[in-house]
Amino acid sequence: MRLTRVLTAAAVVAALAMVVAACGGGSTDTASLVDKARSDKTLTIGIKFDQPGLGLKRPDGTFAGFDVDVARYVARELGVEEAGITFKEAQSAERENLISRGEVDYVVATYSITDARKQEVNFAGPYFVAHQDLLVRTDNTDITGPDSLTANKKLCSVRGSTPAQKVKDQFASDVQLQEFGKYSDCITALLNGSVDAVTTDDVILAGYAAQSPGQLKLVGEGFSDENYGIGLRKDDAAGTAAINAALNKMIADGSWARSLETNVGPSGYTIPAPPAIPAS
Amino acid sequence: MEPMDLFSNYDVLGAFWVTVQLTVYSAVGALVWGTVLAVMRVGPVPITRGFAAAYVTIFRNTPLTILVLFASLGLASTLGITLASAESTTSIAESTFRLAVLAFVVYTATFVCEAIRSGVNTVPVGQSEAARALGMGFGRVLATIVLPQAFRSIISPLASILIALTKNTTVAAVIGVGEAALLMSEMVENESDVLFLVFALFALGFVILTLPTGLLLGWVARRLEVRR
Repeated sequence: MRLTRVLTAAAVVAALAMVVAACGGGSTDTASLVDKARSDKTLTIGIKFDQPGLGLKRPDGTFAGFDVDVARYVARELGVEEAGITFKEAQSAERENLISRGEVDYVVATYSITDARKQEVNFAGPYFVAHQDLLVRTDNTDITGPDSLTANKKLCSVRGSTPAQKVKDQFASDVQLQEFGKYSDCITALLNGSVDAVTTDDVILAGYAAQSPGQLKLVGEGFSDENYGIGLRKDDAAGTAAINAALNKMIADGSWARSLETNVGPSGYTIPAPPAIPAS
Repeated sequence: MEPMDLFSNYDVLGAFWVTVQLTVYSAVGALVWGTVLAVMRVGPVPITRGFAAAYVTIFRNTPLTILVLFASLGLASTLGITLASAESTTSIAESTFRLAVLAFVVYTATFVCEAIRSGVNTVPVGQSEAARALGMGFGRVLATIVLPQAFRSIISPLASILIALTKNTTVAAVIGVGEAALLMSEMVENESDVLFLVFALFALGFVILTLPTGLLLGWVARRLEVRR
């Protein structure tokens, strides 16, 4: 008697799980991004809310940063005015899900193109190539690049992030890694001297350096390539091509370099040459 | 990516072992410090009673993340209290682990203290009055009459606190202790094509840790129950 009841309960749970899985898996909306933008005149775009210089939600509720500018430029090229854009926070771990569930139309959030992610989403771009770099205090002279990471130096990065894993894999014998939940905690530790350098993509570091002028400097010896792409729904070829065309236009008319200059230029970061974006 | 690759590419068991270590050290520390606090709270000295009451009120109502982050950014970074030799080549790893244990002890002890206090209240007042009439002092009444009975009646709430502590140890990831939640963020970063598998793996890991704790301590509680 008892056993039957347990089995019934188990069956109900299993059935519910299958219903949930079915809801999560299939996206009913199969229209391309291009058609949706043209007919609805609205777009929901995933960006970072907490990265100065790239994607930042300011206290007054407005958004600023290079990723935000790229997102707006692409939207305008797709025929959506600024008033039709809704920005939604896309935290790193959630980006693929936001796209595949259709909660956002595309994601511009320091989103590195990787093979594992390509299984889940389509990428347009790359619209920027970042390099893992080191941010140090202005008075620091002994950290000049990855080769100088010796003698028990202390680095800081965000827990679980690709730059943090790279430090663990390549420099583990020479340096120590402090991991925090947010980059701003690493910056606090760097400013009060308990770590020697913060490491992640140079453009992210440049955003923080621009926030504390005169106190922090970028070393400028990148040691990896991270291709930032715009993520959108898997197999939306027309949408990918339209975004690529918009990105090419943004680079060609100078808005791309201008946006970088305003957002991360004040840190002394040299704006690199734009990457080659596939024409189609 | 196949499920078994997750185990060969990542040290899942090692990460959960750190979780277990965090839990055990913090649990022992919290039990000792929580008992001391409870003795202060039920004791006859107004100053210690006030201190324990204020301590419990403050730390029980502070978010754990803030305590953990303060241990690292406040104590270690700003004040220079690192709990490990600065010359050591693993000073960060040692220091963050110990600071995390410190924060968990400070926080969990308040719950242990309140559980013990409620356990003390289950012992009939007549017993301590009788002991007092026989000439026993406060310490002796507490140690031989009240606390042994109190502990036997609060094993179930202590088990709940231990299970909560086990899950709370994931907060240590915000200061970079290499436990289960930190490994999970690495796997989420790299294995975005098997995201749900990764979440399921860690959820299962915690169930494997907490379910036997609850069952075992539930059995112990039934065996040692004071029948009145």
